[in-house]
Amino acid sequence: MAVTIPEHGLPGHLVDFVGALRRHGVAVGPGETVDAAEVVGALDLLRRRELREGLAAALLRRSGQREVFDTLFDLYFPPALGVGAQEIEVPRAATDDGSEGPVDVDALRDLLADLLLAGDEEGLRELARAAVDALGTAGATGTGVQGVNGQPGWSAYQALRLMSPETLLARILDAMRQDGDPTDDFTDEVRRREIRDRIARFRKMVQDEVRRRTAEQRGREQVAKTAVPKQAEQVEFLSAYAEQLAQLRRTVHPLARRLASRLAVRRKHARRGQLDMRRTLRRSMSTGGVPMKPAYRTRRPGRPELVILCDVSGSVAGFSHFTLLLVQALREQFSKVRVFAFVEKTDEVTHLFEPGAELSGVMQRVLREADLTAFDGHSDYGHALGSFAEFWGEAITSKTSLLILGDARTNYRDPNLAVVRRLVGQARHAHWLNPEPRRQWGTGDSAAHRYADVLPMHECRTAGQLADVVEALLPV
Amino acid sequence: MKATQSPLFGSVDEVAERLEGVGYLASTAVATTVYLADRLGKPLLVEGPAGVGKTELAKAVAAATGSGLVRLQCYEGIDEARALYEWNHAKQLLRITAGQGHESWDATRDDVFSEEFLLPRPLLTAIRRDDPTVLLIDEMDKADVEVEGLLLEVLSDYQVSIPEMGTVTATRKPFALLTSNSTRELSEALKRRCLFLHLDFPDPDLERKIVLTRVPELPQALADALVRTVRVLRAMELRKVPSVAETIDWGRTLLALGLDTLDDDAVRQTLGVVLKHQSDQVKASAELRLN
Repeated sequence: MAVTIPEHGLPGHLVDFVGALRRHGVAVGPGETVDAAEVVGALDLLRRRELREGLAAALLRRSGQREVFDTLFDLYFPPALGVGAQEIEVPRAATDDGSEGPVDVDALRDLLADLLLAGDEEGLRELARAAVDALGTAGATGTGVQGVNGQPGWSAYQALRLMSPETLLARILDAMRQDGDPTDDFTDEVRRREIRDRIARFRKMVQDEVRRRTAEQRGREQVAKTAVPKQAEQVEFLSAYAEQLAQLRRTVHPLARRLASRLAVRRKHARRGQLDMRRTLRRSMSTGGVPMKPAYRTRRPGRPELVILCDVSGSVAGFSHFTLLLVQALREQFSKVRVFAFVEKTDEVTHLFEPGAELSGVMQRVLREADLTAFDGHSDYGHALGSFAEFWGEAITSKTSLLILGDARTNYRDPNLAVVRRLVGQARHAHWLNPEPRRQWGTGDSAAHRYADVLPMHECRTAGQLADVVEALLPV
Repeated sequence: MKATQSPLFGSVDEVAERLEGVGYLASTAVATTVYLADRLGKPLLVEGPAGVGKTELAKAVAAATGSGLVRLQCYEGIDEARALYEWNHAKQLLRITAGQGHESWDATRDDVFSEEFLLPRPLLTAIRRDDPTVLLIDEMDKADVEVEGLLLEVLSDYQVSIPEMGTVTATRKPFALLTSNSTRELSEALKRRCLFLHLDFPDPDLERKIVLTRVPELPQALADALVRTVRVLRAMELRKVPSVAETIDWGRTLLALGLDTLDDDAVRQTLGVVLKHQSDQVKASAELRLN
């Protein structure tokens, strides 16, 4: 059967879309692409939301991939071309000749406040579309057009700075209070959070819209390269911002459960087939010396004591926090967990990680309540490790696994290798988890290579890498 | 495979309508994937947090299409004998003893491995049924990896091979629905054969409707306040965020206590209904300024 292979048209476009998904780390096989084509055939293409859900059902295999998919879907199947059908008129300043003048920002903000108050999702999306277009082509009063050579320029930063939706919060809350709802603290707080959430969604709409318009101008491959968010597991700890870290922390429990169940499988396989000769022979006595029922050796999984030493200074804190949460979630794999935090000095913070404790703000409490700094608040690995060995040295026994978390950046101070060597010698196992990329180890003030000579050091830039390392470290 | 089987639904809208008819309010995502699963004849893998209505969806599809629901509840250690079929050994032994003396071994052997001595388990039952069937494989992630291998044949070709009898092929493809809480990652091979639906918490409008269908006596304004508050709670970093089931419970609690507004007193009294961990309650109270 001869098949003509279309390079363009719907099939070609679908293949492009799948290619873009693959480039962003979503593994899509050819089988799934065929499914997607069947989906396209079975659905009404004019109904975009159904198409989006249908393609997601055929192409995605995990829940964390949805954000990447949505952004790319918007680029490859845009809701409109150009300005699109305008249903909301952006208020503009009057001009002398009656042509379209620059945008009247105050009036625009009034409009935005009304829509945010009403929580009108569709209206907000229309407004985002119209406002981005108007600000890009005509500019705001007093600023002029930002584009180059008469080309319109789309900028989320500019649009959001002019409209500054955050500053509308107090105004909207006042308007809500006047509507006669009860005005206790609780209702107020719920409303505030709700409006904040709507504002955040409006910001995202503006960003989506800018991405769509830019893609029309510069091509979608270009935009897809930079503007598509990463999956939570691939976000690098050191460059993640607060929101990403918060999102990451939500994945800790599913991750821990996955690790625990994988471990259970490994243990089950490891236990198989170890014959216990002594017990088998003893058992054979009752059958006249014929071993009818062999006895197998049951292995008790070792539950090591865990001592964690973690750097909680500045940028490493996000990584330390996530790792501590993960260890906490895997608590039942260990007989005892002790946590020590350090910046310049070391202090024990185990009490903050007790079962049932509130862990999302725990890093702030660690910094506030523990005695960690001496002079300037920069991390000092040598001194911190020294003070650990001095005051809590007995915490490391031959049953202990020692885990050190940190980027090994000593600020050019003495790394104190002698103490580390001694601690590693005392412990049963010792590992160092480093959130920096391997190629940056040993550059500048990093003592990573020198520490790596003493104990195994693992690169843990992302949650995915961390999970792999932790799984390998857990005892079978 | 017989391709002549007529689909259960005519359009995406029809799915939503008919599911609503049996009391299940479906989002676009749900309606679309159910429609596609039926159209493309593929099993549907539904993943999501507890309490968003994964199992309920299968029941609703069965009710809406007038199909019989066959349910396989997975648990750790479930095996072929519990999922597919088993030979009724006791009955076989009886049959052999009864035939002893006046029957040749060949005849006995052929007879003993026939339909009569087969105990069908959910998967085989679903495949042999002639009437429309919804096959629900619940909490797939609880079962061991070996069971997934077992499912592959059933889910891709809708057939079961029984060595002594031959292959049983479905005369009518069941509508297969698998649910998972993602406590472990299902194998790629299984996922590849399914359409994937991540069922998340519904948007506010839909959730309000769900609460009102389940607790019709609840005043509109109160339902609205409930849903808004639950959404705020879900946005916090809690150990266990409230699900739809908890919103409904909360509505019922407020009704039972005769409270008609959701002010701070009412919330303080009833927060335990939605937040099941002490630390979550402490945190939410502090953040929502209830103290």
